Order: sequence, then structure tokens, then C-alpha cells
Amino acid sequence: MASDKHFDEVTGTETTGHVWDGDLRELNKPLPKWWLYVLYACIVWSIGYWAVYPAWPTMSDYTKGYWNYSQRAAVTQEVADAKAAQDKYRVALSQTPLADVGKNPELLQFALAGGQATFGENCAACHGRGAQGGVGYPNLNDDDWIWGGQLDNIQQTISYGIRSGHAKTRDSAMPRFGLDGALDAAKIGDVANYVRSLSGLEADKTAAGRGAAVFAENCAVCHGADGKGNQELGAPNLTDGIWLYGNGQENVVTSISTGRGGIMPAWDARLDPVSVKMLAVYVHSLGGGK
Amino acid sequence: MNVMQDHKKLTPDDFISEAAPGVTQHHVEAIARKKSLTPGVDAGPGKMAYASRQHIYPKAAKGTFRNVKWAIMAFTLGVYYLVPWIRWDRGPGLPDQAILFDFAHQRLYFGPLEIWAQEFYYVTGLLVISALGLFLVTSVAGRVWCGYACPQTVWTDLMIAVERFWQGDRNAHIRLDAGPWNFERIWKKTATHLSWLLIGLATGGALVFYFRDAPTLAVELFNGTAPSVAYAFLGIFAFSTYLLGGIAREQVCIYMCPWPRIQGAMLDRNSLLVSYREAIGEPRGPHKKNQSWEGRGDCVDCKACVAVCPMGIDIRNGSQLECIQCALCIDACNEIMDKVGRPRGLIAYTTEHNLASASAAPREGLKLLRPRTILYSAVIALVCGLMGWALYTRADLEISVLADRNPQYVALSDGGLRNGYTIKISNKTEVVRKVRIAVSGIPGIATSMIGFEGSDPVIEIPQADVRAVKLFVTLPRDARGKLHGTSTPLDITVTDTTSGVNSARHTSFHGPEHDRHHDDKHGQEKKDQDKKDRDKKDD
Repeated sequence: MASDKHFDEVTGTETTGHVWDGDLRELNKPLPKWWLYVLYACIVWSIGYWAVYPAWPTMSDYTKGYWNYSQRAAVTQEVADAKAAQDKYRVALSQTPLADVGKNPELLQFALAGGQATFGENCAACHGRGAQGGVGYPNLNDDDWIWGGQLDNIQQTISYGIRSGHAKTRDSAMPRFGLDGALDAAKIGDVANYVRSLSGLEADKTAAGRGAAVFAENCAVCHGADGKGNQELGAPNLTDGIWLYGNGQENVVTSISTGRGGIMPAWDARLDPVSVKMLAVYVHSLGGGK
Repeated sequence: MNVMQDHKKLTPDDFISEAAPGVTQHHVEAIARKKSLTPGVDAGPGKMAYASRQHIYPKAAKGTFRNVKWAIMAFTLGVYYLVPWIRWDRGPGLPDQAILFDFAHQRLYFGPLEIWAQEFYYVTGLLVISALGLFLVTSVAGRVWCGYACPQTVWTDLMIAVERFWQGDRNAHIRLDAGPWNFERIWKKTATHLSWLLIGLATGGALVFYFRDAPTLAVELFNGTAPSVAYAFLGIFAFSTYLLGGIAREQVCIYMCPWPRIQGAMLDRNSLLVSYREAIGEPRGPHKKNQSWEGRGDCVDCKACVAVCPMGIDIRNGSQLECIQCALCIDACNEIMDKVGRPRGLIAYTTEHNLASASAAPREGLKLLRPRTILYSAVIALVCGLMGWALYTRADLEISVLADRNPQYVALSDGGLRNGYTIKISNKTEVVRKVRIAVSGIPGIATSMIGFEGSDPVIEIPQADVRAVKLFVTLPRDARGKLHGTSTPLDITVTDTTSGVNSARHTSFHGPEHDRHHDDKHGQEKKDQDKKDRDKKDD
């Protein structure tokens, strides 16, 4: 036996006896036995998991474990708990008039947070994550409102939608002046020049002059004689710096020729009244609320 | 051959062999011995994948370093057990415990200092300083931390002292363990383990006091109304103290702790290490009465150094991973040297540099100032300075400003631009504060805040709280020419209306690229294009 032993010269430690590449040896530094026992204890412990947690698949099901634990059940419970924790605020919100939510900082904070979450899930698809909108989809951050920017205006729009088919929907129709032959191309060009001149955009002055008469005759009934629009009818203000469908001459010509009429779904069937209320508060808070 | 086997055949003679007149030779072999270097020792079965632990019976040492260790143990344990009971008056409604880690309210209290969760970097700084301090002392004097101040060492030392109290010193303990399981052995073992468990309970008990008002918690712990987490941590720490300090001991240092592996990088030839001075000690061997000391070393091979070692090593084998540098072997050896009439310091704090020479005194030519120690000291000073500066300038009114990114800016109907900012105001005092927010940097801007009337509202921040407000900054159409490109510097300042204390943050006001709105010719087209671009980006 003694001849089997080999000791490393530098450290004086016995080697394992294995030799690689002719001279490479491994020092034998045995682990303590308790370390091994800890490993065995961990294995025994882990077997306990089979017993208490879901572990083995069966033909049609799986072993449920002694604790009958399920992550799905746990998360359902957590969601229910979170809802229960929100109840206090939701009840208070349902009892608070919309205009008074802002007077209670705690309630306001809850409504803003809840509104933001609801917005992200339901509204962001069209209006964008930051409510910045896009061509044809209004930017909700700005101070220009087609159907009104007061809290109750916003709440109504969210609840019943715009041209949504809901009985109480906001509705109006802009005529297709070009397509339906009400105005010829020359008149449309003139009135487009006039409309652009209203907001200080570069326009052909002569054409705009001719367009003024066309405007008074065809457009002023909804958009107002001064072009400042009418929120009752969802007729946009044409004198400001915000253009939902673009402010280029060709954009305005298209709008007049084909008419415009965005559609927004009614949310009262999909969202509960408190969520709509929170959304209204949130949208109003984005900066343009009146 | 291991020590356990040794006991089985112990005879009274084993305890009376002499290394020198009046000096007992201990029958002890180092546990972590380097087999081939220890003459006459069978190398054992060899080629084991796993080795049994060999029980160590450290003999009580007496001397300077033992006294230093007792003093440090008394001090560190005293600090640990007593600090939670020190009071610090912070006024009504606030904890009056000097050092309290109030996790429930996310506050750390250090005397006059109150650290909030978001200021945890102070604790990071403290840990960095501690680590660097460890590097420094290690490069100067080896594992001083391991030998004297590490909780594992302190508690193990305490557990061993208790063990000695019940079961006697080394020889009595060995005899007890080798003997039968009689009444004496059973009650002595029981008393030892009960004492260890009590120490463990006291350790865990003191720990939880750092996290909850100590006098309140003490009552709660006894009448069973303390939070379950307190009992859980008490239990965990009681058990781990019993296990690591009482049972596992040196196994923790050898197999669990990473520090022994790291320390090698901090040592150099000028580090003071507990070392056997081979040049003086060798050749070793028992010394007979009237034998000359000429031609032989001072080491009488009494193995007192091995007997006292709590790690079970033989310091005479040189620097080893297992050695925690507790210096008890110095005490043991000095006692023997006094008895045989040879100079003290055969085992001493010395440098590798001096070990090479037989004539050099242990600390001859000691160089404390070396690039390594100077660098460590400099970095420690730097971090201390940074921490001190941060603490000195630490404001009790603070704001953070987050500029809206989606959208970055909003074009308004009158041609103006608006940016939104979320401002968080922290009030770190214990009184309600009224503050105002001021914005500067661009002429002509106007501000408004959601939930507040007017352009310059007073905002109330409750005591020790954070309030988030949404600030809108609007730039009128005719002031858009003041913008510098897409991003113009803006300063937001929050000021306490009563004390005038303020806190400011630098941010930016964003606008469209190449804003030419003031040149109305292309303004709208450009704006429209920007809006389209923006939409594309946001998608």
C-alpha cells in the first residue's frame, strides 16, 4: 500500500494517484463527510416537495400534493385581495361627483393610477401609450377638444363613444362635399385656402377670398361663421394650430372632399362606471383638461 | 491514526512524558497536518473522497494575546447586546432607539442620522469602508479580523470557554469523551449544549432588538405578542449560533468562509504574521536537563502550540489556510520558553522578510508604509471623505424631476408648446412643510400643476413623506424662438416657504426638431411633419 502513495513535493499533500500528461497530479483534499451528509439531507428534504407540492404527471392529471398548492389559485387569490384592498377607494369614487374627485388628494391619486392602467389596456391602441394620438386619433395631451374637454364631456365621450352605434353616442356627420358633388374641385380648393388662412397658414389670398363665401354657405353652419367650431356637434375649431388630419393644402382638400368622422367605441358596456370615472380624471389630467 | 483513536488507548503515561524538565509533551497531532512533512506520522488510509472531522480539544492558553482576546470578546459582545438599549430622543411620535433598522417604515436610524430607503447608498459606503479596512489591516498584520473580531471567532471562543467550564480543559475533556456514557458524561454534555442553546437564544434575541423598539419587543417576546417574524429570526439566529459557534467551529472558517482564500492577495513579505521562527527553533527535539542549547533549536517539541490551537494546526508547518492568526500559540510558546529559560518569541508576529534570517528580531525593519498600505489608506480616506461630504450636504428637502417622455412635448392649439414633469418632493423632517415650485431658464414660460389652483400654488408635504406632483411648463407661441434646438436647459427649484431652504434640479424643455414656428411661413407644415415623425417613433 505504502508504495501507492505519492506526496506533492511543494505542499507535502498526498495526491489522488491520477496522473495526466505524464506529470500533472491532483492534490487529495477530501471534503468533510458532513458536507456529504448535508447533500443527502438536501435530497431527503427535496423528496418532501414531492409530497407537499404538485409534482408528478399522471395519465390525465397530476399529483396535487398535500398542500394542494396551485400558482393559478395563488394569483387569483392575490388579485382578489388587491381588488378588496381597492374597494375602499372604488366605493368612495362611485359616491364622489366627478368634479369633486380632484378635491381629495388621496382619491385623486388612486383615480390617476387606476385611470392610467385602464388607459394602457383599453385606449392606448388608438391614442398611443402616452395619449399622444396620431393622424385621425386625437392627441389627448393638448388643449384642443372636438367634443369638449371638461370632465363630464370626457366621461360622456368615453361612456358612449363617438359614432359608436350606442343609443347615446356622440354623433354628427360631415358631408362628403367632393364625392357627393356638392362642391366642385375649384370651390374646394378655394375653401381649403380660406380654412388654412384662418389659422395663419400660408394661403393664396385671392383663392381664400373666394373661399370665404363658400365657407359661409357650406361650412359655417357647423364650424361657425368665424371657424371656431362647435363642440356640441363635434365640429373642430379650424382657427387653431392643431390639425387632426393634417394642415397641408392637399390634407384639407381631402378632408373637405371626403368628409371626416372618426369613430370611437362606447365603453360603458366594457368598463364599469368607476373605471370610466378614473379614465375621465386621468385623461383630463394629461394637461389639456378644461 | 487520528486523535479519536489516540484516546482509546490513552494511558496515564501519556500525560507525563516530558519535552523538557517540567514541560509536558502533548500528545497531539495537527488535524490539517502536512503528512509527509511530519516525520514519523503515518499518512493514514489516503485517497479518501470524504474525510471524517477530527475533533479538536483546544487547551486553554494564558498570556498577553489571550487577555487581548478576552477584552475584545467582552467589548464586541457588550456592544452587540447593549446597543439596542441605548436611547435617543427624536421627539414625539418617533422611535427613541439610538440604532434602529425600521424596515416596516423603511427608515434606518443611527443616532441623529435618519436614512431613508432610497439613501441606502450610505450603507453601501459603510460596507465599502469596512471591506477596505479589512484589506488594510490584513496587509499590515494578516488575519487580525479572523483572529480577534470575527463573530465566528468571538462566539466560538465563548462556546469553548463554556465547554471548558462544564467539561474541563483539554485532557479532562479528552478523558470524558473517551470514557463511557455514564451519568457524569451525560450531565456535563447536557449542561454544555443547554448553555450553548441559551447563548444562541440570547444572540438571536439581541439581534431582533435592532429591528424593533427593544423594551417593547422584550415584553412582547415574553408574553407571546411579538410579530412572528421576530420569533422566526430569533429562532434562526439562535440555531445558527448554536450550530456554527458550538458545533461547527473551525469547519466554518476552513470550508465555508471565502475570506481565507481572498486574504492571500493582501499579504506580502512585510505583513506581520503569526509565525514559527524556524531559524531559531530548528532542529527541534526534547531538551534534557543540563543539556547544552548549542547546536540545536529552541523548540523542545512540547506541542503546546498545537494543543492550544482552536483550528487544530501546527504553526510550525508555516503559513496555512486554516490559521486564523489568533496568536494563542504565541502565548503557549512564550510560557514554555520562560520555563526552559530561552528567549520569548519563538512563535511571534513577524514578517516573511525577517523569517529568512536567524539573527533578525521579529519586527526588525518593519515597514508599515508600503505602496499597498498607502493605497488602501488613501482609498479609505477618499470614501470617508465622499461619505462625509454626502452626509454634510444631505438635504432634508429634496426633489427629483422626471421629464415626460411620451410625449416629450405637446403642441397647443394657440401654437405654444407644453412639457410635463413629474416632480417628487421628499420632506425628511418631522414637520409638515409648505413649499413652492419655481421654474427658470427660459424667458416667457408659464407653469401649472394638476390638482392645484393658480400658477404658483403652495404645496403641503406631510412630515417624513414624499409627494409627487405633475408640473406643466408652457411656452407661448411667440417665445418659441428662445428654444435652443430640441432640448433647452431648464431649472426647477422647490423652496420651503417658511425657512427658505431649497433644492434644485436641472432638466430640459423639449421641442420639435428645427423649431421654426416663429417663422410662420413653414411653421405649421414643419410642425405637422414633426408630429408625424413623433407618432412613428412612439409606435
